[in-house]
Amino acid sequence: MDLRICHLYPDLLNLYGDRGNVATLVRRAQWRGLDVHVLEARLGEAVDPGAADLFFIGGGEDRQQRLAAPDLRAVKGSALREAAADGAVVLAVCGGYQLLGHAYRPADGPVLEGLGLLDLETVHPGPGARRLIGNIVVRDLAGGRLLVGFENHGGRTRLGSAAAPLGTVVAGFGNNGEDRTEGAVAGTVYGTYLHGPLLPKNAWFADQLIVLALRRRWGDVTLAPLSDAEEDRAAVAAAARAGVRVRLDLGLPDP
Amino acid sequence: MRDAAAILAGRLAARASRALGAGGGTTVPGRVALALAPGLIGRLVARLPGGVVLVSGTNGKTTTARLLDGVLAAAGRTAVHNRAGANLLPGIASALVERAGLDGRPRAEVGLFEVDEFALPAAVEATRPLVVVLLNLFRDQLDRYGEIDIIAERWARVLAALPPGATVVANADDPMVADVAATWAGRCLLFGLDDAPDRGGARTLEHAADARYCYRCGVLYEYGLVALGHMGHYRCPRCGRARPAPAVRARTVRLRGADGAFFTLVLPDGEVAISTALPGLYNVYDATAAAAGALALGADVATIARGLAATAPAFGRGERVALDGREALFLLAKNPAGFNAVLRTVLDAEAAPVVLIAINDLAADGRDISWLWDVDFEVLRDRARAVVVSGLRAEDMALRLKYAGVPASCVTVERDPLRALEAGRARLGDGERLYVLPTYTAMLDLRDRLARQGYLRGFWKQ
Repeated sequence: MDLRICHLYPDLLNLYGDRGNVATLVRRAQWRGLDVHVLEARLGEAVDPGAADLFFIGGGEDRQQRLAAPDLRAVKGSALREAAADGAVVLAVCGGYQLLGHAYRPADGPVLEGLGLLDLETVHPGPGARRLIGNIVVRDLAGGRLLVGFENHGGRTRLGSAAAPLGTVVAGFGNNGEDRTEGAVAGTVYGTYLHGPLLPKNAWFADQLIVLALRRRWGDVTLAPLSDAEEDRAAVAAAARAGVRVRLDLGLPDP
Repeated sequence: MRDAAAILAGRLAARASRALGAGGGTTVPGRVALALAPGLIGRLVARLPGGVVLVSGTNGKTTTARLLDGVLAAAGRTAVHNRAGANLLPGIASALVERAGLDGRPRAEVGLFEVDEFALPAAVEATRPLVVVLLNLFRDQLDRYGEIDIIAERWARVLAALPPGATVVANADDPMVADVAATWAGRCLLFGLDDAPDRGGARTLEHAADARYCYRCGVLYEYGLVALGHMGHYRCPRCGRARPAPAVRARTVRLRGADGAFFTLVLPDGEVAISTALPGLYNVYDATAAAAGALALGADVATIARGLAATAPAFGRGERVALDGREALFLLAKNPAGFNAVLRTVLDAEAAPVVLIAINDLAADGRDISWLWDVDFEVLRDRARAVVVSGLRAEDMALRLKYAGVPASCVTVERDPLRALEAGRARLGDGERLYVLPTYTAMLDLRDRLARQGYLRGFWKQ
């Protein structure tokens, strides 16, 4: 059995240790004895919708987003849409998350048209507006488990009816600092503001994405459990920095 | 009159702060003095006959300013200098107050100030500098600054506000810094490295490289030489924009592990062999920058060489501390580019080092520690004999090492700084040293604990 990951814009949208997400998927799949292949698609490089089970997009500054947005639409857009419709997982963080929506209006300059893979829109209230920065803890809407991370974004994201939030904010700002939602999910497409990076400290979520990504070619797969002592301890410590006390002996899901 | 009262109040605040053990009094005196006499900095520096030099950039500010101070001292010139690294306006004011008479006259010839990269506009406005040294721009403390593009834009606006006779000293090897410097119409002195020790022929960018796309074209730069992070000999294959030729250069660089470096310093009117006790390629950059800054101030080649050779590492930046018959070498590491450079220095120095990594996430460190995943800790995988992790985010660091493939049996988590030092020390063999790699506040904390144990002096006294 093998897992094929496509890392989009690895040297452009890589602001907040985003490669840690790919490293986590790779190692956790390898630890289960899976073969893992990582493809990279940079500016100008087309992707084959059938060539990967999981597509990852990281975050970038406005300038990098400006370079990536037209490329994402024109060069990679139809392939990503096709792959997602076919059950491939797409995970986008921060700047990449914003570009999966219909549009992102930056602090200044023209509006960036997004891919429209997620029913959402992001607006930056302007250069003087407060950035939403800090440690964040989110309760996943599907299973009630916790996600920990760090967020840092000027844009405020609002979801349309065709996207569900990834979770509810326990501590921090989330999509817009107002409605307590964080991230978005539609089918197998995920977007979130959580970096830190997202996956190393949220091992359960990484495993969930791996299972989902394998499903298209391998059907329902059960992953062997791993010892996640380091992952759990780091998650507890990060949650504590967000002011949320999580007791390890109760397990991460129930603070 | 008002200024005299402010200077007096500032001095009293410094004394009180030290007596209370509240640190070195490196910012409070300035804050007090500025509250009583706004504009005090400008009035004090106006009476410095040699003018003001500002040093800014992400990495190397403290060391470069110390090297410049060393050259000034070698030339017999005195400088008022924020040596302890308090690099916002109150830190500059503190240094001035400390050295000023009640008549408002600083007892020094030159003002030498390192300045936080974001505070550079305010510092330029307050001090009207004669020389501004621009070192580099790396990703650092993203939670505080946002984006390095924003800093570059601010710097470009700063240069437009400089006095016309000022000299800009800038790093030719950093594309963003060179771009900023190119906007300055006055005297500009560029510095850079002609070569760097070959790392197995590798001429590729490390992951942490930031400014790798040409500003104008959005095309990846091609590199003839990658020195450090995104710094090197770059060229845009589309528009041809390339590294400008620097006037001050380091050539035939030879690194001596933890013991320093040799290189040939090439200046417009001569060259000279340099030996420095500061380890690592990043310090060769700092020394070259300091040489260019000293040249802008009128120093000659021989004085520059003497000053650079005589400069000892600043606290926590290559500093050695004796630990009961063993030695700890402190190498401050606060962002991916700096951390990669420090890891390379450690691995050049020792085949199987024992390393202590201390990660804090306080405001001065940057509260966002995701950058740990941009550091190439994978280099420790088959090399480190033991790694002790400490600090407020010790658990995150341990997790990072797990995914870097460092075996769990090599890693010890010890949040308490003193116990972490002891755990590291206990792993050392005869003649070995402990490599201590802390973020900024973790470094201050470790040093503070050691000072309380009588191992070293407070950083403000150095």
